[in-house]
Amino acid sequence: MIKNYFEVVRAGINTTFQDQGRKNLYHIGIPFSGAMDNRNYLLANKLVGNKSDLSVLEFAYQGPLLKYFGDKINIAITGDVNFTIKKNNDLINGNCYETFSLENGNEIDITSTNRSVYGYLAFSGEFDLKSQWSSYSVNTKANIGSNDGKKLQVNQKINIFKINQNLKDKKLNYINTKIENIRVIKGTNFHYFSDQGKKIFFEKEFIVSKLSDRMGMRLEGSKIENIINTNIKSEGLIKGVIQVPADGNPIIMLSDHGTIGGYPKIGVVISADYDKLVQLIPGSKIKFKEVELSSAETLFRLYVLETQNLISQI
Amino acid sequence: MIKNISNLGDAALYCDFGKEVNKDINSQVIRYFKSIQKENITGVNNLTPSYNKLIVSFDLRKTNFKDLKKLIENLEINNIDDLKSKKIEIPVCCDENFSLDIKRLEEKLKASKEKLFDNFFNKEFFCYMTGFIAGMPFLGDLDENMRVKRLETPRVKVPKGSIGITEQFTNIYTYESPGGWNIIGNTPLSIFDSSKEVDPNLINPGDVITFKRITKDQYKNYND
Repeated sequence: MIKNYFEVVRAGINTTFQDQGRKNLYHIGIPFSGAMDNRNYLLANKLVGNKSDLSVLEFAYQGPLLKYFGDKINIAITGDVNFTIKKNNDLINGNCYETFSLENGNEIDITSTNRSVYGYLAFSGEFDLKSQWSSYSVNTKANIGSNDGKKLQVNQKINIFKINQNLKDKKLNYINTKIENIRVIKGTNFHYFSDQGKKIFFEKEFIVSKLSDRMGMRLEGSKIENIINTNIKSEGLIKGVIQVPADGNPIIMLSDHGTIGGYPKIGVVISADYDKLVQLIPGSKIKFKEVELSSAETLFRLYVLETQNLISQI
Repeated sequence: MIKNISNLGDAALYCDFGKEVNKDINSQVIRYFKSIQKENITGVNNLTPSYNKLIVSFDLRKTNFKDLKKLIENLEINNIDDLKSKKIEIPVCCDENFSLDIKRLEEKLKASKEKLFDNFFNKEFFCYMTGFIAGMPFLGDLDENMRVKRLETPRVKVPKGSIGITEQFTNIYTYESPGGWNIIGNTPLSIFDSSKEVDPNLINPGDVITFKRITKDQYKNYND
């Protein structure tokens, strides 16, 4: 039997294995992690005919260069990504949301994401990895998850088993839309901020700072003034919470976030907008728009339907 | 008892047990936490107990705020107090390379660092909760004259093992992470062991902690 594997020629900036994340561990300080952009994660798996909970490679900005060895296999990339596939002497320009086959010795070079942060690469098979707390998702800050909790490393070899025998070509017409308006529900400490501060929060633009990663997105803009207390007694956080520390600059909690925090919560990004939020690159403008809980619930149902609809088109 | 349940975003319940922080209120939070954990409620995917709040996160595909609120309000809460309490001693080195904020604290608290350290090392602390990062314990209470706010802008990187203080609390950074607490020292002891799927935390809610001051040499040789 031929062993199937890929070798890492270039690891990329922040390439990690991700799946749907791990649950029920907040109380010991372990966040969900998982693919930042869940919709694109699901689409990648579906395109290559995988079950919806298999792990894929998530990359940020610049992806990896991988050389594949073994039986013919399908791959698909989702997001907004530039990549090429090298087959002997042919160089093929890849398209997102389309399957490509790789044969022994072929290379895939993920050069960059296009004005977005994350992209996803799925292989039609299972990576030979060890899960931790029922998930393969890597949290590099805590060294938790598969691959010893680390990013993909140069020269690493990752074995792939259970390759799908039925390698169908698949294609989906889908373009990731970008948004500037992020919808939020008022946070539990909304009243901590001055009228002027509240106005700034909902009316002014904020810029995504370079100091953003899988844990959080820091924003810069007009300072949001706190009139009660710039600290609260530390308490639980969830992804999407917008905290405002004493310096007045909001920080949005993302998938690898700390489970507890002590800065006042001015708002929470609605679940329906999370996938789009995480794709905003440093320098992007953000404007917050208030919605009520009932609208957020409706918007999430629409988001789920839209995702299911895309999946059923594949 | 829960004083109020509100929504935190569209996929979490914010259960408020009041403003005060003390062992009694914290034990109530823990009892609710354990009772809800036992129920295995459909859609609930995380529980975060803290000093006086409990956050119940859920999968919005499976349930919603209104239904879950009703369920939690009508839940029977176990009265048994099964907090297993351990006594643990944590070695801490306060060399100037480790006590990153001590100069600022001396000014702010108008006390010499030796006085501050004396105060810190001669106390027993109670573990209220763990989290923020994996295994980080939140311990209390510091004396009144030791209390300061968080940093205005949190650090992007706080070194692993750092001992932080803020308000009446002290904590331990179990690995390098962003953070806004005032750092006074560092422990060579591993507080979180990710190779253990069961009980990865050295310190758990209810445990009693003391800190023992060690020298730079003892710190260096600690893990030999």
